[in-house]
Amino acid sequence: MVTAEWYMTLAAVLFVIGAGGLLLRSNALVMFMSVELMLNAVNLTFIAAARAHGDIGGQMAVLFVLVVAAAEVAVGLAIIVSVFRTRQTASVDDLSELTG
Amino acid sequence: MVDYLWIVIALPLGMAVFNHFFGSRIGEPRAAGPAILAVLGAFGYAAVASLDFFASEHASEEAVTVVHLFDWIPGLGAGAELLWDPLSATMTLVVTGVGALIHIYAVGYMHGDPRFSRFFTYLNLFIASMLILVLANNFALLFVGWELVGLCSYLLISFWYTKPSAASAGKKAFVVNRIGDFGFMVALMVVFTSFGTLSYTQVLHEPGEIIGASTATAIGLLLLVGAVGKSAQIPLYVWLPDAMEGPTPVSALIHAATMVTAGVYMVARTGAIYGLSDIAGGVVATVGAVTALFAATIAIGQRDIKRVLAYSTISQLGYMFMAVGIAGYVAGLFHLVTHAVFKALLFLGAGSVIHAMDGEQDMNKMGGLRAKMPITHLTMVVATLSIAGIPPLAGFWSKDEILAVLFAKGGYFIALWAVGLVTALLTAFYMARQYFLVFSGAPRWKDGVQPHESPRIMTGPLVVLGVLTVLVGFVNTPFRLGFEHFLAPAFEGVYLAHAPDDGFLLVALAVVSVAAGVVGIAIAYLLYNRAPEETRRRLLGRVSRPFTAWEHGYRVDELYGRLIVRPGLRMAVWNAEAVDNRTIDRLVVGIGRAVWWMGRRLRPLQSGFVRSYGALLAVGTVIVVAWIVVRGL
Repeated sequence: MVTAEWYMTLAAVLFVIGAGGLLLRSNALVMFMSVELMLNAVNLTFIAAARAHGDIGGQMAVLFVLVVAAAEVAVGLAIIVSVFRTRQTASVDDLSELTG
Repeated sequence: MVDYLWIVIALPLGMAVFNHFFGSRIGEPRAAGPAILAVLGAFGYAAVASLDFFASEHASEEAVTVVHLFDWIPGLGAGAELLWDPLSATMTLVVTGVGALIHIYAVGYMHGDPRFSRFFTYLNLFIASMLILVLANNFALLFVGWELVGLCSYLLISFWYTKPSAASAGKKAFVVNRIGDFGFMVALMVVFTSFGTLSYTQVLHEPGEIIGASTATAIGLLLLVGAVGKSAQIPLYVWLPDAMEGPTPVSALIHAATMVTAGVYMVARTGAIYGLSDIAGGVVATVGAVTALFAATIAIGQRDIKRVLAYSTISQLGYMFMAVGIAGYVAGLFHLVTHAVFKALLFLGAGSVIHAMDGEQDMNKMGGLRAKMPITHLTMVVATLSIAGIPPLAGFWSKDEILAVLFAKGGYFIALWAVGLVTALLTAFYMARQYFLVFSGAPRWKDGVQPHESPRIMTGPLVVLGVLTVLVGFVNTPFRLGFEHFLAPAFEGVYLAHAPDDGFLLVALAVVSVAAGVVGIAIAYLLYNRAPEETRRRLLGRVSRPFTAWEHGYRVDELYGRLIVRPGLRMAVWNAEAVDNRTIDRLVVGIGRAVWWMGRRLRPLQSGFVRSYGALLAVGTVIVVAWIVVRGL
């Protein structure tokens, strides 16, 4: 029997992988993918909880997250592409001009 | 006719606006044309309008007309209302009549000045302001005129503002006048709280039914503070001698003939209130007497031809205050009118002399001008004899009436009469001294000065004023009190002090006062004309102490400087240093510095590395989650 706990565990594992990728990798594109992974981990918890509680609210939240994520990808990828075009690199460690 | 009285004010005001915008484009001398016509027009209108007063004999009710123009501040009972009665008519005629002559004279005197048209703008503005002052039917409108003439005075004294002395004289006049205005404003507040209105019609109609003697005393004394400022009496007279920095027509118009009489007019106008309080009236008369004597002594020691006349003006205004203080309003106003004529003449004559001497004002550098300037000389003789109280010139009749009224009042006022008599002697002395120093004796001119008679446009007004000086005294002689009858409707229900009825006493008083004048002139003649230079110096050396004091005006300016100006300056400096620089500035700068310091400390957090922000975020999240897990929400 696959219970909601399994999904939650999987979601937690995915979230940690995503967070680790975000903190450890320096390529902006990979970091972006990590963020997507974290978002989808959260989506998974919403779906699982909705199913477990028989509540449609979780699915609603997921739809919102998907829409916002899609918009964010469009803007984020455009930024990364234009940064890569001007600097021939996508490493965030090189993009440290905004310092105090 | 009277319904359109606003025209009298609108004419000069309109021309002031016109000249302000177009005067410099029209240029000299045509810019003066509309200015002179406006004042002449106002004079003509006022003259025709005042004919009614002669037509309706003894119909005093009809002689006082209130012209309502529009509502202004209904809550104060202050409409834009003009009061047309014999008193305001007299003032209007003096202001516009003498004003018009001085306007004409100024065309010659200001010839060649780069701001010629601006001068006439200010003169017209002044005439309009003064007319608002005298025609107002409530204290609020009076106050508007009161402040406006102060402003015009400031503008005209510092007309040659590039001269530092002229600029500071203008400021001094303005500040000293403000001190008086403060008392005046408080007086208006007391009037409003006691009467609930500022309208003359209500306040001055039997005020005794509403206020008691103590309130009347308070109002009277506070009004006196204002009058003392505007009419240059002790202790606020100090601005007037300095006001001589302005062009001479200004000195004649504002600081002799019209503006300085505002205080006298105001006391006469509020005679109904002064009638309720013997104390207030007594103080007014005493201030006048002290000022008259005080200023007359200072005038003796002056070397500047205009400063002699300035102190003489202060002294003569003191006479008027003596008169109005004891409710001798007719005598006071009579002297106001005659003084306006002969003092304007004296100033314009002095201006003519200064003009001839290339701007020299020191009488020690004049002398022997009689032959060079025959018209100026002749008119100055008339004016000098008039102010010295020699019959049958104007000054004799009015001064004699004041002295007679004082004498008739009796008691304490006999002392004031004596003061007035001594002042008359001193007046004759210093005026004759001025005459002899300027017109007789050997020339002491500076090199290169070629005295010449002034152009006709300047001597014309001198001649007109000279003729008036001879004639104007006859409007109110003991034989025929024309002026008193004329003014009677304006003082309906107000107590009036009169000269004695006894003909013998009148003649005796007149003989005494004329004798004082003759003695004064005789001393001056012996001292400044007959006596050789050496004898005079020796004689003056014997009285060098008082003479030096007079020469420096008793050092009152220094005293005020030490008592008021310097402590005030010190306080200002302390405020600027301790309060502004050391307290407020430090506080403001300190806040800025604290923010800057904190910012510098926090700045390293912004490393610019996205991943370090991410790590901080993760750590923060872990802490928050841990907190929630351990402590609960």
